[in-house]
Amino acid sequence: MSHDVNPLVILVASILTNNILLVYFLGMCSFVAVSKKIETAAGLGAAVIFVLTATTPINWLLNHYFLEDNALAWLVGPHLASKVHLGIFALVFFIAVIAGFVQIVELVVERFSPALYYALGIFLPLITVNCAILGGSLFMVEWKFNFMQSIAYGFGAGAGWALAILVMAGLRKRMRISLVPRGLEGMGITMIVTGVMAMAFMAFNGIVPV
Amino acid sequence: MSNKHIKTIKDGFWAGNPIFVQTLGICSALAVTTKVQNALVMGLALTGVTGLSNVAISLMRNVIPHRIRLIVEMIVIAALVILFDQLLKAYYFEMSEQLSVYVGLIITNCIVLGRAEAYALQNGPFSSFLDGIGNGMGYAAVLVTVAVFRELLGSGGLWNHRIMPASYEPIQLMVLAPGAFIMLGLLYWVFRGLNPVKEEK
Repeated sequence: MSHDVNPLVILVASILTNNILLVYFLGMCSFVAVSKKIETAAGLGAAVIFVLTATTPINWLLNHYFLEDNALAWLVGPHLASKVHLGIFALVFFIAVIAGFVQIVELVVERFSPALYYALGIFLPLITVNCAILGGSLFMVEWKFNFMQSIAYGFGAGAGWALAILVMAGLRKRMRISLVPRGLEGMGITMIVTGVMAMAFMAFNGIVPV
Repeated sequence: MSNKHIKTIKDGFWAGNPIFVQTLGICSALAVTTKVQNALVMGLALTGVTGLSNVAISLMRNVIPHRIRLIVEMIVIAALVILFDQLLKAYYFEMSEQLSVYVGLIITNCIVLGRAEAYALQNGPFSSFLDGIGNGMGYAAVLVTVAVFRELLGSGGLWNHRIMPASYEPIQLMVLAPGAFIMLGLLYWVFRGLNPVKEEK
């Protein structure tokens, strides 16, 4: 994906043709662990959409105004800013923003909507170590998105991940009553089915120009 | 090295293999295995990070307050990952371009945090180091194995050299995403055959 694409194109691309899980393999651990039941898969999927949609633009602002080369020019002037390279610490800042954001969301949701808290509660802490979230921020930097694009990408990547885990949970429900070769149960068959799913998603290639 | 130490390494490598038994760190096992070279570099980087982070956390295990231990662990791991990322950028720039975001994603690779939580917090620095190295090598071995098959079938060569006969038509699918999933699934099958573990239904 390049940096001069319409945000709507990015949205469609990140859900269907450049799916963060099926093409970039991010968030596999929780994908394998939590796709056993549709309800829990839907809960985690919703949480991922929410956190990715929020943290990707937040990290974009952080990157644009503090971390990039010359980003500090608005604060300390262009001369001094050209000597500061905070970019190498991007990883620490991004992960701190994600962990902090998840913590705040947990507090707010617990305070104002206990029902939602109990529905999502156990999944929120898990999200901090879901590599799809950090991956979203890193790809946003890698592909040099602008602010609008980063919002579209954050939401699209989350929606793509949620779509993949929901489909997988549906498939695994059927798998429970089918005969899986011995030794292939669990992770093995999940991987192969995901592979077939990724192949099916390749059929979307070409519907958007990226 | 005593038998206990050798067992610590062996457990991480085989009986408790991080990818196949603990099902951790699958993301990068799929993403960087289109070429053997990439897989090896990634495996070494993870081995280094896991070994060193285990030592650091094990040394601090009696002074870290229990409630904020996750933050401390994340900071140690992040610092080490940045170190390896910068080393790679300085000495193997092309490689770091190819591995792109996946080096940074070692931070959220569950293996590193998992070993810190499960082993380094309870054990001394030396055996924690061995545990980290063993797990890292188990991870690297899986990565290289997946990569050997994917590069051989998908590009018809190994280590960037063509070794399949000229008449062999490379299977494009193997270097694409679906090939990675299917290959890992099949290797998991082989591993379970050689090392039967009770699977929860």
